[in-house]
Amino acid sequence: MPVIEIEGLTKTYKSGLQALKRVDLSIAKGEIFALLGPNGAGKTTLISIVCGIVTPTTGTVTADGHDIQSDFRAARTKIGLVPQELTTDAFETVLATVTFSRGLFGKAPNPAFIEGVLKDLSLWDKRDAKIMTLSGGMKRRVMIAKALSHEPDILFLNEPTAGVDVELRRDMWAMVRKLRERGVTIILTTHYIEEAEEMADRVGVILKGELILVEEKTALMKKLGKKTLTLNLVEPLDAVPADLSDWDLTLKNEGGELEYSFDANAEDTGVPALIRRLEALNIGFKDLNTRQSSLEDIFVSLVHRNGAAA
Amino acid sequence: MTFNGYGVWAIYRFEMARALRTIWQSIVTPVITTALYFVVFGGAIGSRMQEVGGVPYGAFIVPGLIMLSLFTQSIFNASFGIYFPKFTGTIYEILSAPVSSLEIVLAYVGAAATKSAVLGLIILGTAAFFVPLQILHPIWMMTFLILISVTFSLFGFIIGVWADGFEQLQMIPMLIVTPLTFLGGAFYSIDMLPEGWRTVTLFNPVVYLISGFRWAFYGQGDVAIGISVAATLAFFAVCLAIVMWMFKTGYRLKN
Ligand SMILES: Nc1ncnc2c1ncn2[C@@H]1O[C@H](COP(=O)(O)OP(=O)(O)OP(=O)(O)O)[C@@H](O)[C@H]1O
Ligand SMILES: [Mg+2]
Repeated sequence: MPVIEIEGLTKTYKSGLQALKRVDLSIAKGEIFALLGPNGAGKTTLISIVCGIVTPTTGTVTADGHDIQSDFRAARTKIGLVPQELTTDAFETVLATVTFSRGLFGKAPNPAFIEGVLKDLSLWDKRDAKIMTLSGGMKRRVMIAKALSHEPDILFLNEPTAGVDVELRRDMWAMVRKLRERGVTIILTTHYIEEAEEMADRVGVILKGELILVEEKTALMKKLGKKTLTLNLVEPLDAVPADLSDWDLTLKNEGGELEYSFDANAEDTGVPALIRRLEALNIGFKDLNTRQSSLEDIFVSLVHRNGAAA
Repeated sequence: MTFNGYGVWAIYRFEMARALRTIWQSIVTPVITTALYFVVFGGAIGSRMQEVGGVPYGAFIVPGLIMLSLFTQSIFNASFGIYFPKFTGTIYEILSAPVSSLEIVLAYVGAAATKSAVLGLIILGTAAFFVPLQILHPIWMMTFLILISVTFSLFGFIIGVWADGFEQLQMIPMLIVTPLTFLGGAFYSIDMLPEGWRTVTLFNPVVYLISGFRWAFYGQGDVAIGISVAATLAFFAVCLAIVMWMFKTGYRLKN
């Protein structure tokens, strides 16, 4: 059974702006789902509805089988949220604010558990510090600690690594993996595509309020995956020779590099024939390499294609 | 879970802790202000005034003074309590938590009312230093004190939800509540007014509240005690209904 089931969800803000146009999505228990999309696509709106912060215009959402509106108590108890904005109670201490969150979500006090969460996030030493005295990255960790304080089964991370340094980002990835091992379902949004590539089991792309694609990450990369072959030429070329017009070639690096982009999954990639032809034309190369396109390339091309169509 | 007791307690404690952090502002300032009222009204002016219905003027104004503080402090505490998280954005956590609207109201209004009721008692204690006090109906006095703290905290909560700027938090207490209190017999008996004005004054709801509270002290009020109780309960019911409506419609809390 899916742990999150979203059906026919739409949202029109009071301003008249339609932020979500019929979103259907189901998320399996224990998976890491990455929601990608450009600024203003509707990611935060979607998450806010599931968490109870924004009311949907139409549609239903269940969390672990509980309707988020009619059975909001059971649904919300399961969910932890790390919002996009750094909003904290500046005058509270770290320990007090995290303890507060646990109580707010209806859980009996458990100082040992809170201590564990703070230690996992390297916040234990800062437990008595007022939040306003912390750095941005530490505040971000406090928000994560708050979200984890009530032992949620479902965790929403809305751009958890925005403005976070490389080391902390790696720590967060490690933390996300650890949570997943414990069976926590994680839905994250990010603008760092490599993050989704690194972490996610599945990827959803949202664009102008529409979920235009939901796919297993590996399948997606395979399906849409392009490869690029780069040849470092011995002698630079002025133009791509007419004899090579059968291949999709571009010259790079002032004619010193010849790039061929091809479908990695095709029966005939065209690579062997290209190399034979180059030999016949007496175009020599010193070195070559191939590169698999990243999720980022895929994302950019998707956004462009749909952006042009819309 | 049918009642999120831990959640209510968490919010309540958070609000109380906020008051303790700003104890100077929360308690000391109103006490000093009240003491000043006694010096000015009770001492300087009161010495030239006759007794009102057999009660020395200084003692006569004590219930009115306490009411004035209960009104303004309840409104201030509750409106600020809910407005501030809206302003900073931390309200996201309350909205995403498994707490019902009723529980949210219970926690915020409960904390605000506790603070102003305690404050009312502190003012009462302060007043005892300046004037001879007499409380004929202590149970009624406490009932009024608590009921009015709760009602005006509810009222403040409504203002806090409605407001979208700090000025608006100040506006209603300054422009409506304080004038109505001054005109509502906090410092005089409405019997002292000319006939026409007395009728006008009876349209001021605050008259009924102050009158009831004063009755609990000295056994005499401008209107019958039953009417005071009814008016207080009616105001309470109206505020409660508005708060429930706000939550039901998500008014200014959710998009
Ligand atoms: N409270 C609101 N009132 C009116 N419109 C809103 C509100 N919140 C968001 N929007 C609009 O809804 C659309 C979707 O916004 P949303 O915040 O969901 O985007 P997002 O995908 O999270 O973007 P980002 O990557 O910038 O965080 C945007 O056009 C935004 O301007
Ligand atoms: Mg967003």
